[in-house]
Amino acid sequence: MDKKYGVYICTGCGIGESLDIPKLCDVPEEEGLTCKTHGQFCGKEGLEMLKQEIDGGVNTLMIAACSPRVNYDTFDFPGCIVDRVNIREQVVWSHPRDKFPALTEEEKEDEEKFDRVQMMAEDYLRMSMAKTERIILPEPYKLEEEMSKKILVIGGGVTGITAAMDAAKAGYEVTLVEKEEKLGGYAAKMRKQIPVDEPYEKPIEPIIGGLIDELNGLSNVTVKTGAVVARLAGQPGEFFVTFKKPGEKIEFDVPYPLPEEMTLDESGNELDAETLHQKFMEYNEGRKDILTIDPNAEKFGAVVLAAGWKPYKPKEGEFAHLGFGESPDVITNYQFEEMAAAGKITRPSDGKAAKSVVFVQSPGKEDDADFSYSGSTASLVALKHATYLREDYDDAKAYIFYQHMRTPGLSENFYKSVQQDTGIFLSKGRVSAVSKNGDGLTVEAEDTLLGEKIGVKADLVVLGTGMVPATKDDPVVNMAYRQGPGFRDIDLFNGYVDSNFICFPYETQRTGIYAAGTIRRNMTMGECMEDAAGAALKTIQSLESVNRGVSVHPRSGDMTFPDFFFQRCTQCKRCTQECPFGALDDDAKGTPKPNPTRCRRCGTCMGACPERIIGFADYSIDSIGSMVKAVKVPSEDDYTEPPFRVLGIVCENDAYPALDIVGLNKGAFSADVRLIPVRCLGSMNVIWIKDALSQGMDGVFLLGCKHGDDYQCHFVKGSELADIRVKKIGDALASLALEQERVAQFEVAIDDYDKLPKIINDFVESIEALGPNPFKGF
Amino acid sequence: MTESTQALGNGTILVVGGGIGGLTTALEAAEVGYEVFIVEKNPYLGGRVAQLNQYFPKLCPPTCGLEINFKRIKNNPRIHFFTLAEVEKVSGSPGSYDVTVRLNPRYVNENCTCCDECAKACKMEITDEFNLGMSRQKGAYLPHEMSFPSRYVISPQIIGTEDAQRCKDVCKYDAVDLDMETKTMDLQVGAIVWSTGWVPYDAGRIDNLGFGRYPNIITNMMMERMAAPNGPTEGKVLRPSDDKAPESVAFVQCAGSRDENHLPYCSYICCMASLKQATYVRERYPDAKIYIFYIDLRAPGLKYEQFYQKIKEDKNVFFIKGKVAEVSEDPDSKGITVTAENAMTGEKIHQTVDMVVLATGMQPSAATAKLPADLTYNADGFIVNDFKKGGMFGAGCANRPADVMSSNQNATGMALKAIQTLVKR
Repeated sequence: MDKKYGVYICTGCGIGESLDIPKLCDVPEEEGLTCKTHGQFCGKEGLEMLKQEIDGGVNTLMIAACSPRVNYDTFDFPGCIVDRVNIREQVVWSHPRDKFPALTEEEKEDEEKFDRVQMMAEDYLRMSMAKTERIILPEPYKLEEEMSKKILVIGGGVTGITAAMDAAKAGYEVTLVEKEEKLGGYAAKMRKQIPVDEPYEKPIEPIIGGLIDELNGLSNVTVKTGAVVARLAGQPGEFFVTFKKPGEKIEFDVPYPLPEEMTLDESGNELDAETLHQKFMEYNEGRKDILTIDPNAEKFGAVVLAAGWKPYKPKEGEFAHLGFGESPDVITNYQFEEMAAAGKITRPSDGKAAKSVVFVQSPGKEDDADFSYSGSTASLVALKHATYLREDYDDAKAYIFYQHMRTPGLSENFYKSVQQDTGIFLSKGRVSAVSKNGDGLTVEAEDTLLGEKIGVKADLVVLGTGMVPATKDDPVVNMAYRQGPGFRDIDLFNGYVDSNFICFPYETQRTGIYAAGTIRRNMTMGECMEDAAGAALKTIQSLESVNRGVSVHPRSGDMTFPDFFFQRCTQCKRCTQECPFGALDDDAKGTPKPNPTRCRRCGTCMGACPERIIGFADYSIDSIGSMVKAVKVPSEDDYTEPPFRVLGIVCENDAYPALDIVGLNKGAFSADVRLIPVRCLGSMNVIWIKDALSQGMDGVFLLGCKHGDDYQCHFVKGSELADIRVKKIGDALASLALEQERVAQFEVAIDDYDKLPKIINDFVESIEALGPNPFKGF
Repeated sequence: MTESTQALGNGTILVVGGGIGGLTTALEAAEVGYEVFIVEKNPYLGGRVAQLNQYFPKLCPPTCGLEINFKRIKNNPRIHFFTLAEVEKVSGSPGSYDVTVRLNPRYVNENCTCCDECAKACKMEITDEFNLGMSRQKGAYLPHEMSFPSRYVISPQIIGTEDAQRCKDVCKYDAVDLDMETKTMDLQVGAIVWSTGWVPYDAGRIDNLGFGRYPNIITNMMMERMAAPNGPTEGKVLRPSDDKAPESVAFVQCAGSRDENHLPYCSYICCMASLKQATYVRERYPDAKIYIFYIDLRAPGLKYEQFYQKIKEDKNVFFIKGKVAEVSEDPDSKGITVTAENAMTGEKIHQTVDMVVLATGMQPSAATAKLPADLTYNADGFIVNDFKKGGMFGAGCANRPADVMSSNQNATGMALKAIQTLVKR
């Protein structure tokens, strides 16, 4: 598009009182751009004026007024580039004139005097002019071939079946794949189950049979049993899936990345791309590379991963103090369920009726933790199992010793109904030992409601062991992705496919693949079914987003996607390795292959690229770099004591809104900083820091989200990667004879607005203490 | 750009309640491609979580997630929201409902620039509901800094007074409109998701726990406001009677919950909330002692268990398994003595502390005022869903007690249930 620029400066909200507007207008006018002002551009008259401008051909508007966080709909002009220059919250409001006095008429005559706030506003206009020159309106990304809207559900247990049905009932074609010959998973192997509905009181007959019947009645669902996913290649909208029989070895089995030690040569340096690829192929002998598409693969649009759980297998001697492995009459809750599903509860050692059964909920020698992977489900399972026993024998007695009875929410009803049974004894207590006593067992428990130390005679002891997510030792989904076949970082979550997002529970690090059920967390069947519906919704949403050519959460609706200038790629692989979403695969030579529909548009690749060849339509190395360069850095040629210039690169998700609130609250921070919002600190390219310093700016700070195990970065890794890059920049600074302290990163949460002025001012003061950048003026 | 809508059904979805669950349902459905209306009774979106200082277990600010959701709304033309709005009447059947919505006057129009001049001009102060009555605010106010929409409100309490006129006179942007009246609006929608949330159980009804009688007994929601940087104490945790830094704080779990006389169910979040609030106190006061009186500590799920383990490592946090039977106040020191029976030993424990936090539970909003639609409730006022019938669904804490993560999970699934209703038609 041929750009026709217009600059519009609002004088309302205190802007006109604070700034010298005619002087501000000089900035664009000196560049030959038209500049108009109005007392309230967001008002009827002001908007009318803007519309007339657009009718007159202006298509690139710079509106210097309030923050883009407000009046977002007012200044939305389809087909136009609109850049909001935030001179209200981040200039005028956060630099009140009582703290940053304007120049008096007399001072204005003095060439040595300058107005810091005015300079700030002028710089922001310059930055906007530089940026709008370098951005274009994005267009939606369309797949080259027709996309598939078919949904693949992996796992035929209660979660998978529910997800398949829910997606099918919304009108989508679904294929469900299950490794066993029969559908149902563990849900089909139980005598009864924990209730899934009001009144949540009694164990109910298994519902799985009814679900399978209903599934079979849906015409848009295809069921594949006795099959697993060998590999899933491609991207949302066009996943190419190869199925195989479990245990089979085929050439389209997914290859695994090289273990890290194999990627280095003898002296510890990374091998070159081609050698790496050769080694990778050797390591995966008999398997095709990830970029080789199986010609017989089936095409899908999105995936629900509902791989379920496996019963926890105690390690040799792990629960010896509880008699497990010592006596056949000490079993796990899973073994108990198998027995109950097959018939009456008996003692494994002699087949006699087990009429006194102790359920142990916590292995705790020292602490009060339950068995691992048990969550709250193990409490409910023990209650259910106690009812089995009472069902089998009128005179049976069940004892449940727990540290915490975990029946949260409405499942409390289930607990209460079980408490009514006088044959079931429930007590807090620490089981310290289980020993043989004739042909039975004695269970010793301490700190119980029945006494400080008691012994209970038992025919059978049941350990409340947990449900291990299937994803713990097996990727299951087998993505043919360069970063590997499974979800990343799941060790942080003990093998659960979790992202630890509270607000956005379905976000995984793999776009278009949504986990549901017990691979996410310990869940009851009721919870699994609910979770399945949510995951099904997300797959549909991801398909429809691909269809519209836009990004999914958190940059939902974003039409931009990374564009690569491959001629200059040096095959360093950093973009492929650093992408938090595994969106890039590189080929045998190490050249990245983008998969735009896997991408979340955070720009981490752009930040990582040392050759600076990656950019987006409206966000690039050049657009931001030009903003950095547009900042006027006064030197001693201008003033005897020129003001400092400090650049702030700011995460637009949390730090930027917090800065707006500083303004709203009329807080104040140094007027010598210039702030540039970025999509995520992960997109921060160190060239911007180098540019800033080499043009004489005195320091650079980054404001980003908390990283680490409890990361708050919406793009998972962004702030962490920026931190690493900033730490590495030290050498480059040293070579320029600049102090490392001139660059720093701070963790800021969105509600840290009270702390922000001090963070910024302290940094500026520390820069002032270092003195001006020696490059200033060159 | 051509849009293939072959798989999309017809009709719009109404989400009643703009808290975190309602926002989630609305956004998830709108990002599939459906038109969605949100009706919210408060003057801002965000609901209950907007009042929280931090989420457990990450100890991150709820406004962070809300901000992203608001951004999603701003970028999505398919979402239409109404604040200060309430559903008055619903008729019809799945796929086709007629809904009457009452729009209460804000007395401030879209010209508002948040310049704060009206608040400065207004002399009268009213109770700040956002801070649960712990502070007062001007009759013209912004509910909180990060309010969305960011627009002031003029309280009906000052309408007709000179103050109201002063607000109007001082506004340079013609944003104050004192003639605004209550209006009604009719919507035709295919499905309705009731995301009406919860209210904290009225602690005043729990006679033996002394709330309202002794100033140094507060509720967990009050603690959230106190700890919030934009709260009545600007983030300082202080003893209400004398604004002193507490040296000891007791948390009374199951204050109302798991109690046949009050809420028979477990409220799901209070154990985690108290563990989290223990960190608020400990972070501010390195020597303060925390006593947590509980029946069972319910930390369901790996991350929650890990959080509990972490709190347990703090030597200044004491866990006592026992239900609190009574509280008493020392009239001089205003300290509170908590009496509980140790469930293990049977012995009576008396613990005197500077301040007590009652971990009050959640009650569905519908428990106190039934919703104007043909819905089924359980005995406690939670909406019971009928997925076979479809059309209308209770989501999040209107459906059962839940934490934010499971509310959002549930809310995402409910978006699909609503869509299924539209597709069926």
